[in-house]
Amino acid sequence: MLHATELLGGEAYDKDGHFVGHVTELFIEPADQPNRIARVLLGRGKYLPLVARYDHLAFVAPGVLKLNVEEKELEHYRPNEGWLAVRKDLLDQQIIDTSGRKVVRVNDIDFSEQRTNGTVELRVTHVDVGLTGAARRLLHGVASPGLIRGVATKLPTRLIPWEFVNLIESDPLRRVKLRITHQKLERMHPADLADIMEELSPLERQSIIASLDEETAAEALAELDKRLTSQIVETLDPEKAADILEEMDPDQAADVLAGLPPETSRDVLREMPGEEAREVRELLKFEENSAGGMMNTDFIYVGESATSAEVIAWIQEKDVDLEQLDTIFLIDADAKLTGAVAVGRLLLAPPNERMEALKSEPWLAVLPDAQDKEVFELFDKYNLHSLAVVDNNGRPIGAIAVDDIVTRLRRH
Amino acid sequence: MAVLGKPEAPEEVPKQETQPPAPVIRWKLIPGWIEPWRDRLAGWGKVSRFWRARALLFLAVVGPGIITSNVDNDAGGITVYSQAGAMYGYALLWSLIPMTIALYVTEEMCARMGVVTGKGLSDLIREEFGFRPTFFLILAGLVVDMGNVAAEFAGVAASMQIFGISKYISVPIAAIFVWFLVLRGTARAVEKIFLAACVLYLSYVASAILAKPDWLLAAKSTVIPTMHLDGGYLLMLTALVGTTIAPWQFFYLQAAFVEKRVARRQYPQARADVLVGSISCMVIVFFIIVCTGATLHASGHLNIVDAGEAAQALVPLAGKWAGMLFAFGLLNASLFAASILPLSTSHVICEGMGFEAGIDHKFNDAPIFYSLYTGMIVVGAAVILIPRAPLEKILILSQVGNGIWLPVVLVFILLLVNRRDLMGDLVNTRTFNVVAWVTTVAMIVLTLVLVYVSVFRSGSVPGIPGS
Repeated sequence: MLHATELLGGEAYDKDGHFVGHVTELFIEPADQPNRIARVLLGRGKYLPLVARYDHLAFVAPGVLKLNVEEKELEHYRPNEGWLAVRKDLLDQQIIDTSGRKVVRVNDIDFSEQRTNGTVELRVTHVDVGLTGAARRLLHGVASPGLIRGVATKLPTRLIPWEFVNLIESDPLRRVKLRITHQKLERMHPADLADIMEELSPLERQSIIASLDEETAAEALAELDKRLTSQIVETLDPEKAADILEEMDPDQAADVLAGLPPETSRDVLREMPGEEAREVRELLKFEENSAGGMMNTDFIYVGESATSAEVIAWIQEKDVDLEQLDTIFLIDADAKLTGAVAVGRLLLAPPNERMEALKSEPWLAVLPDAQDKEVFELFDKYNLHSLAVVDNNGRPIGAIAVDDIVTRLRRH
Repeated sequence: MAVLGKPEAPEEVPKQETQPPAPVIRWKLIPGWIEPWRDRLAGWGKVSRFWRARALLFLAVVGPGIITSNVDNDAGGITVYSQAGAMYGYALLWSLIPMTIALYVTEEMCARMGVVTGKGLSDLIREEFGFRPTFFLILAGLVVDMGNVAAEFAGVAASMQIFGISKYISVPIAAIFVWFLVLRGTARAVEKIFLAACVLYLSYVASAILAKPDWLLAAKSTVIPTMHLDGGYLLMLTALVGTTIAPWQFFYLQAAFVEKRVARRQYPQARADVLVGSISCMVIVFFIIVCTGATLHASGHLNIVDAGEAAQALVPLAGKWAGMLFAFGLLNASLFAASILPLSTSHVICEGMGFEAGIDHKFNDAPIFYSLYTGMIVVGAAVILIPRAPLEKILILSQVGNGIWLPVVLVFILLLVNRRDLMGDLVNTRTFNVVAWVTTVAMIVLTLVLVYVSVFRSGSVPGIPGS
């Protein structure tokens, strides 16, 4: 196993034993192979630097590099944005550890050697984010390689396999050239993704949101600190922002829009399709700390005379959001709220039981301008999962879910 | 909205113009008399709303600048200012305005970097200059700050001695208080407490007023420079500058703005915060120098060893209250600085080395951060409690360290803040660069002089007991 710290600064010799230059940089070409050192940059002081290819390497050891070609066969260096530079782009920079789900800083890089008839290929195996890498960086050039290795074995290691590393690059063009995709990020839980995003700089956050698909972006933004969400959405084009907001629940979208400057908020709303925009506008009318500001307009309500079997069958056919499923509200012939049924009760009830027989006691609802403290008290006192919000006629207009309550309570 | 269709249940919500029924159960927990007041306040007109909005915008951002600048006036600082006033009266007041400019210029660059890049100073240094420079910078910071923390606890001890409390009681209590504050507090709560402490600095204003100084003379001395060319005077000037601009401030300020998640568009408010902070810091320094100048200098009491002695000497000259307010100001400053310095240092070390950091984390989430913080407090307090602690040597060491550390940090800051790829269009303008570089060079020269004298001619340095 070799380390980037040991290789950088080493001396390179050609096949005749002549000194060519010092190893100043190692390049990976992700478009070709994601983990192979494709090029080695050899600095020659005041002369132009040369580049050796992966098939020019005959022997690699700490501090020493031997090539299997003559110096004149090497190319001159021309910068290439499609090359990932180990020293400039990886060492000391932050990367996302998709398995540990956090942002870490690179101390060192570990390589394995693969020998194939006469040449040596270096492949990146791990990124070192722990004390061994730190010790190596500190002592390199000051202590002997043997001493450094000895010290390193005594320190705890923190290594991240290369396949779990997700690079952070703000420039979208370079992202394409380096084949940076965010598939692993998309599979993460949105809350973890939000945690990672909170560690990054504003530019990096924007670049990640811009490259995620709208659904994942919406989920991550919903979990993010409200200030950061507003900052990110402000920088997006109104169409892209609208696309993302559509994927959110209307109440979450309303919260985000409430944090934007009025003109931006208007621009985004204009880009949203009529139905969604109308729902969000309705919600924006309510104060943030009132029941109306907390409620979701997506909820399930059924007629109170329906039977449990009919309701279950209907739910199974419909494309119902799992989060809404936990309480089902009942309405009468006037569309007024008459009760709430916990889904657990629905499952256990005999098939012909009418819904109104399953409702929970007591009958609870709030008006949209009820204060947040009142709502919290109700949730606590009656151990609610959902609370209906009704208008002045007693008709349900929304439901408050317990996870919104938890988020708001934590802020207090 | 989902509906289950059944003949009895309607498909849509019918719009009927029926008499609204009796109101649904409404939970009223707010007493009835609040409602009319709420409406009255809401109706206070558009004008006040405009100013309220501006004030709220400012208040949302304010904090880091004011706190950093005021912590500047820590125990060591107050000692130097007291000595300056005692020894030279108002003759050094003219340096306050240039120092305010220097303070503002350097702090503003860090605030700008924090707001634009969203990263702390040691993060940026690590990313742009590599591992080893960051490591040594941080090591220097640790050593220097440990010395400073010891000096703060010395200040606590000295100020409590006026009230007759021995240092063996006051220092441990102070250490526990300071430790508890950070361990249990959230970032916002701790910030509010620090801001309150800033307000308490006004005790120096009261102290100065009680000393009945010649305000006209003081004002003239502030605006018109007087240069005495004797060595002591120049040295005192150098010490003044050295104590005002300390490297840890830059790290703390930038990290505080990052942790507050101040957005790029709030940059004007951040800049205002730094400006207010710099000015308020120098205002307090003015009052301290005026206070000691009017009393100690005027009565010939030219040499004082430390700020505690200054407070005690004030009592016969300006009354008991003047002395007690001065001592109270010292206590406030020492506690304040003893909380922030270890906090900032731990933050910087963890940031640079890649460990988790921040008050909002629990102990288990950020063990190295909290351990470092605890360690610094324990060592700092313990040093003061040792019966014959070599205080002078410790203070010299921290001043020397400061002098070496400061130029390096300043150069890094200037290099970073001129990078267009980092700062976008908020890169330094040419005029700003000129001002910044001149300030930096001047400060480097002055602090190197101070280092030279501290090391080779210790015994004549202000701020060191026994000189």
